[in-house]
Amino acid sequence: MSSPAVRFAAGGLLVLGLLLPGLDLPTASAAPSHSADGHLHRPIPQHSGTSISDTRIQWPSWQKLSDTLLMRHYNTRIVLLGTILLGIGAGTVGTFMLLRRRALIGDVVSHASLPGIALAFLYIELAHPGSERSLHALLLGALAAGLLGVLCTTGITRFSRIKEDAALAIVLSVFFGAGIALFTIIQKLPTGQVAGLQSFIYGQTASMTAADVKLIGSTSFVVVVVSALLFKEFGLLCFDEEFGRSHGWPTTRLDFVLMGLVVCMAIIGLQSVGLLLVVAMLIIPAAAARFWTERLGPMTLIAAGLGGVSAWLGGVVSSLFARFSAGAVIVLVGSLFFMLSMAVGRRRGLLPQFLNQLATTRRVGRHDLSRTLYEMLEPHLEQTGPDSGPDSGSDPLCLHLLVHDQILARRSWSTRRLTRLIRIAVSEDRLEVVEGGWRLTEAGAADARLVARNHRLWETYLVLHADIATSHVDRDADLIEHVLDPDLVAQLLEAVSQRYPHMGMPPSPHPIDPGS
Amino acid sequence: MRMTGDSARLDPTDPLDPAASAGSSDGARHLSSAPVAIHDMTVAYHRRPVLWDIDFDARPGKLTAIVGPNGSGKTTLIKAALDLIPRASGDVRFFGSPYREVRHRVGYVPQRGSVDWDFPVNALDVVAMGLYKQIGWFRPVSRRYRLQAMEFLERVGMVDYAKRQISQLSGGQQQRVFLARALAQQADLYLMDEPFVGVDAATERAIVDILRELQAAGKTALVVHHDLQTVPEYFDEVLLLNMRLVATGPVAEVFTPENLRATYGGKLALLDQVGHRMTLDPSRS
Repeated sequence: MSSPAVRFAAGGLLVLGLLLPGLDLPTASAAPSHSADGHLHRPIPQHSGTSISDTRIQWPSWQKLSDTLLMRHYNTRIVLLGTILLGIGAGTVGTFMLLRRRALIGDVVSHASLPGIALAFLYIELAHPGSERSLHALLLGALAAGLLGVLCTTGITRFSRIKEDAALAIVLSVFFGAGIALFTIIQKLPTGQVAGLQSFIYGQTASMTAADVKLIGSTSFVVVVVSALLFKEFGLLCFDEEFGRSHGWPTTRLDFVLMGLVVCMAIIGLQSVGLLLVVAMLIIPAAAARFWTERLGPMTLIAAGLGGVSAWLGGVVSSLFARFSAGAVIVLVGSLFFMLSMAVGRRRGLLPQFLNQLATTRRVGRHDLSRTLYEMLEPHLEQTGPDSGPDSGSDPLCLHLLVHDQILARRSWSTRRLTRLIRIAVSEDRLEVVEGGWRLTEAGAADARLVARNHRLWETYLVLHADIATSHVDRDADLIEHVLDPDLVAQLLEAVSQRYPHMGMPPSPHPIDPGS
Repeated sequence: MRMTGDSARLDPTDPLDPAASAGSSDGARHLSSAPVAIHDMTVAYHRRPVLWDIDFDARPGKLTAIVGPNGSGKTTLIKAALDLIPRASGDVRFFGSPYREVRHRVGYVPQRGSVDWDFPVNALDVVAMGLYKQIGWFRPVSRRYRLQAMEFLERVGMVDYAKRQISQLSGGQQQRVFLARALAQQADLYLMDEPFVGVDAATERAIVDILRELQAAGKTALVVHHDLQTVPEYFDEVLLLNMRLVATGPVAEVFTPENLRATYGGKLALLDQVGHRMTLDPSRS
């Protein structure tokens, strides 16, 4: 767990390093309508020349595509850097939220922030009429209200018998309702202009300014650094809070710090992706990352990476196609990654699981056939006397003709299953087709011996030592020597050869891979 | 000597309960440096008391079983002693000091069902959590500590499973990982909540072996235990609990059919078996 922390910090510094040169180029500003001082004077972007009924999609030129992807223009660079940093920060804290089963808390924060924004707006309008509406003041209001929302949720859960999901639903809707009501009041004010405020609901990435990016960047940086420093503490909090508390870790305070990070990320994300979609940036990358790894460190890194990449791609797409809102596209790209991860994720994806299942079925079938054939041929071994094992020239097991109906008679297999098993065995050179049936090849005979021996040893083990059953051993797949100690195996071998005197198998067969 | 919370106590002594009255009449006991000394502890959930006036001193160097029917407050006793749930009244001391001052000397093995086994950690990561206090704030788990955690996995026979994600371990193996995490604390007193529930025979044996090792090293263990049959075999002392403390003391003296009947309300057919067993095996002390 050591390296993730270091890598985090390094990654954060790298990102900041990338960000700063970008900010040193204010002269390149191609956004005349946006001042870089963080004040909210933003028109809703008008898609010039297109009406709402115009549904044609304008495909961008190659030049524009490469310009955007490589962030050649100052404006694109600002917007993309801002969203990428946001994605990284959100993915990082989102991991802890997901594991702490607080996935919805981000939603509460963002919805609860609305009345804060409205109140801050009203305060500025009424107390200092005519002054410029500072974005920072609005975000401060959002932050306060968001924190209050979290506190209410925690309070309701802790001091009443209301469960957390109900508390989340209550707080989320009450705060959001209050916000909407306040917006209606603002609209009726003589000076009221809700235009800028609407962007907090749906997000307005395109109008990001250098000051916004600075704010987003520094917040994300702080969030990532704090997460890296408290990585092991947060992990403990999420995994086993009670154990942590019994150890003297201040879990309540750690929880507050973690919540604080989430609130910061959610508030910072309001402006660009909007309060409805902020929760997606927190949770989707983390949920996708879980499919790829079984460790917390890698999961956090993957989530941060996915958050950054989906923000970048989403930002690119939305700047190429002016009709798409960036917040929505970012979330869609993120969910694309999520679906991809769910399908093919290395650890828990559906496809790997399915393939695993398939391989197991195949292996079980192979072992079943090998064992059945061995048991069929066993009487012949008794006739030819103690068999001397596979090392002494031609294996006696290979001499006998195997007939379809005889095999079928020993097992309650369907003809189709047997045919399939035999086809696989022939394709793997364990059986050869001869006149009137099949014969075991040398490799097939060796496999049959190995499988039968292993099976019998395990069987005997279970009978003799049922009280110390080794759970989670795949008795079919694991050679007994790899699981149990040599003394015990020798003892089992003794017992087995008493029951099957003709078996006389070497105590430690050289490993054979019948698949090859 | 008494904590302020004591004055709020509802019922100082239960005249019918010899153990409780013995405890509170003996004021000197409270000053003892017993591994854990619980004094007049009452715990309530939502105004309904679930533990009344518990008085108990653990004998140092002994293995003590906490026994009682479902809902008798066994887990609550441990959690309240460890300040994990609030006490309505009473005072708990570990080695003569409040818990917060001697946390490092107390190891806690929670119930297996208390965590999310799907969490993205492997067995070694979990054991390393027992070393976090030693590692300290902000510092990552270095190689040195991982090796140390490995040694504790070795003690519970789980080295081969160090890299397994914890949901891929069997119930018994999970329990052993929890045990190794507690061992990593190198505490002097261990509080274990139902370590024997749902484990295979091999794990049960491994846990018993560990308990014996701990005892040989002069450590004390308090173990919530559900299997009456094995109490005389595994433990030196027993604490019989059913919302109040029924009896406590050496197994040979206290683990009697009468006391068990008082604990379980006579509804267990098992009791007779246990009584039978006790009479068959009088040599145990």
